[in-house]
Amino acid sequence: MTLPRPLVLTAVALLLCAALPFVLTEYEATLAGFIGIAAIAALGLVLLSGISGQTSFGHATFVGLAAYTTAWMSRYGGFPPLAGLPAGLAIAGGTAYLLGLITSRISGHYLPLATIAWCASFFYLFGIIPGLGGFNGFGQIPPLVPGITTGTEAALIGVVLTGATLLAANLLGSRTGRAMRALAQSRIMAESLGIDTARLARSTFVLASLLAGVAGWLFAHVQRYVSPAPFGLDASIEYVFMIVIGGTTHLAGAIIGAAVVVLLRDQLTELLPRLLGSTGNFETVAFSLVVILLLQYAPRGIAPVLFRRLRRRPPDRAGVSLPSGTKPPRGSLVLETTALEKRFGGLIAARAIDLSVHAGEIVALIGPNGAGKSTTFNLCSGALSPNAGRIRLLDHDIHGQGARRIARRGLARTFQHVKLLPEATVLDNIALGAHLRGRAGMLRSMLRLDRGEEAALLHTARVQADRVGLGDVLDAQAGSLPLGRQRLVEIARGLCLDPCVFLLDEPAAGLRLQEKQALADLLRALRDEGMAILLVEHDMDFVMDLADRVAVMDFGEKIADGRPEAIQDDAIVQEAYLGGVA
Amino acid sequence: MDESILLALLQDGLTTGAIYVLLAVGLLIAFTVTRVIFIPQGDLVSFAALTLAAMISHRVPGTIWLLDGLCAVALVLALARGRLRALLPYGVAPAALTLATWAATRYGAPTPVSMLLALTIVTALGPLLYRFAYEPLGEASMLPLLIVSMALHFVLIGIALYYFGAEGVSTPTLTDATFDAGSIEISGQSLCIAAVCLIMVGALRWFFVRTLFGKALRAAASDRLGARLIGVDHALSGRAAFALASFAAAVSGLLIAPITPLSYDTGFEIGLKGFVAAVIGGLVSYPLAAAGALIVGVLESFSGFWASEYRNIIVFSLLIPVLIWLSLARGNTEDRA
Repeated sequence: MTLPRPLVLTAVALLLCAALPFVLTEYEATLAGFIGIAAIAALGLVLLSGISGQTSFGHATFVGLAAYTTAWMSRYGGFPPLAGLPAGLAIAGGTAYLLGLITSRISGHYLPLATIAWCASFFYLFGIIPGLGGFNGFGQIPPLVPGITTGTEAALIGVVLTGATLLAANLLGSRTGRAMRALAQSRIMAESLGIDTARLARSTFVLASLLAGVAGWLFAHVQRYVSPAPFGLDASIEYVFMIVIGGTTHLAGAIIGAAVVVLLRDQLTELLPRLLGSTGNFETVAFSLVVILLLQYAPRGIAPVLFRRLRRRPPDRAGVSLPSGTKPPRGSLVLETTALEKRFGGLIAARAIDLSVHAGEIVALIGPNGAGKSTTFNLCSGALSPNAGRIRLLDHDIHGQGARRIARRGLARTFQHVKLLPEATVLDNIALGAHLRGRAGMLRSMLRLDRGEEAALLHTARVQADRVGLGDVLDAQAGSLPLGRQRLVEIARGLCLDPCVFLLDEPAAGLRLQEKQALADLLRALRDEGMAILLVEHDMDFVMDLADRVAVMDFGEKIADGRPEAIQDDAIVQEAYLGGVA
Repeated sequence: MDESILLALLQDGLTTGAIYVLLAVGLLIAFTVTRVIFIPQGDLVSFAALTLAAMISHRVPGTIWLLDGLCAVALVLALARGRLRALLPYGVAPAALTLATWAATRYGAPTPVSMLLALTIVTALGPLLYRFAYEPLGEASMLPLLIVSMALHFVLIGIALYYFGAEGVSTPTLTDATFDAGSIEISGQSLCIAAVCLIMVGALRWFFVRTLFGKALRAAASDRLGARLIGVDHALSGRAAFALASFAAAVSGLLIAPITPLSYDTGFEIGLKGFVAAVIGGLVSYPLAAAGALIVGVLESFSGFWASEYRNIIVFSLLIPVLIWLSLARGNTEDRA
């Protein structure tokens, strides 16, 4: 019997930690301790910036909040160092939560700018709050344990780092981990799968700040001295440098980056001033040059070179799928729009659109480029909000509801421009679609209490992958597939949502003839099971052969709606397509 | 608080605000054309003041060696590709500038000449920094560009420390005249700063509205791909934008050093204030950024009077509500895909 890999790695790491006090000199143990502390903080930054795409130039702030809290409590409050850990975490996490309430509204490149702003503000705050020793800080902070040796300290830090890495690794291999990666890739895609992106962004932010807080707690009691300098903007940027050097999307990147930066700094602080014949922070200059060159020539950092990214999963075809929800009876009205209208400034992209799709029916929406098909799609799926009109899904008015709530009501969609996690496996991409059918959150995932549910999620994903014909490429990188097959990944992902209505935006584009036929067969089978399907497509042979009903749009208006044969003979439609009766 | 203190604070605030206007405008030009947030612009503010101070005290400024080094690398790379035309900008021009700087230092040129040389050196550094730090990133997303900006900032302050040491310097004022205006005195330097600021903004406006090259830069800013398709050289427009940004920084450095002593690392803080102003302008609007710069200057001046310890906190916290408003107004359109 073989032991699972994480267990083996953890055991090896713990053994290594236990050996540290016996093999390292005093000086080496000090360095090892600093590497460990920096790595714990950088681990948080990997989760926040590398995995979920929210770059922070303010990470050191949270290290500082916890460090100052525990330092003050143990020096002036008479509390034992251990009491400073929960208090420090509460302060760091609480501050992160409050900042997160604000910053989760900030999107794109504004977020890193905001983190610069608060990092600068907190730096000055640390320096001027009375009783914290000003910009010189204060010392005489008790050690973690009275009389602890540097070697034991390093071992202890190593154990904490091992634990943190294990929890983070568990998180990444879970429902929440997949959602975090989706957050970095595309918020529109994530919301369409029912992921609450604002909330997830916030909780990731708090989690990262808690890891920073653990590092800060260790820092205060190991260094036994706190001052604002190690928690300012420069320090925050150094954490970013660490993960850029190590690899932003790997947990190992945090550890590698921390080790490289701490060790190189140690060497360069001695070497460079001697070489240059003057004193200064030349090691920082050296790191900065390294970071610039890395970003130019190897933006993924060191970790991907050392580790293969993709894990092989056991080909487990047995197993239980997730239970399906109840579906509307065949022939009942599933999706209906009434007098839908969308304006972009002066342009009316869609006007007076009446559409209906019934359970067990395939409706095709066709029309020349720019006719408003995709706009109509985005209105139905909640990616856009209509200016007027009504949309009903089953018996609910979904007008103005966001994509996430509409997904929850049973609407799945694909995108005209494929939105996948290109670096994740096909299986992970498909499993992302089952997000709404699982419940495990961050804590349960980190503690591996989600395994039963996760197995069912993955099994469901496998079943859907087989169904669309991707069963042989489950472990491939999604981005390595040809475009047509990437569309199939999106379709399987949508099916994982267990939808009652499925919106497909140009599903056949990029497929070869046999693949198109297979897709048509699949869609017919789904229809026969009672699914309502609305598709936008340019391939007329595909549409006319497949659809039960065809709606035609031109210049933002619906100009025809009927059976395929009738549409083909419709004079207005012929004029729209051919510029006159042919 | 009486009226004279109020007016003095206002004068102070508007004077520094005018300098932030220059920096914010430079940042905006660089950002709109290249999408780079040119954080190290503030370091060039220090570079300019330190270069001038070194020349006045008869030391050859290290910045000229930095410039020569970068030019030499660029020249070698260009010659390796057989581009003989590069000899003029990367060979002859820096050699002439080095000679002039050396002569001016050695024989004590009049201050305006030294100022002109300092301006030229620092302005020329901008395009070279763009060439070596940002251009190889190609069409990278905002984030690597931002991290490179941070890294470049560290490189520049390291270089400044190496060449100039940690001492703060003051440079000569443009004029020592003062004018009596009722309850307060208006310093000639303040008026000079205001005048230079107005002239620069006017000149930039003329450049962007009237000249073909300015129009090409605007085209590159509004639609990068479109501009390339109609033949705007995007490397050239990026370098030009950086030249303008570093020129703004150099002018700011020479204007502010007579009022506030500058050392190798203080320019960065001044640059950050200009950056706050540029963000207030949404990183697109010049008038809003200019207004933001004046607000930042006045806010800084008044908070320095009432709560000097909180001065920086107040200025930087100003960013957060602005960023929230920007995010809500622009909507969520930042997909990586």
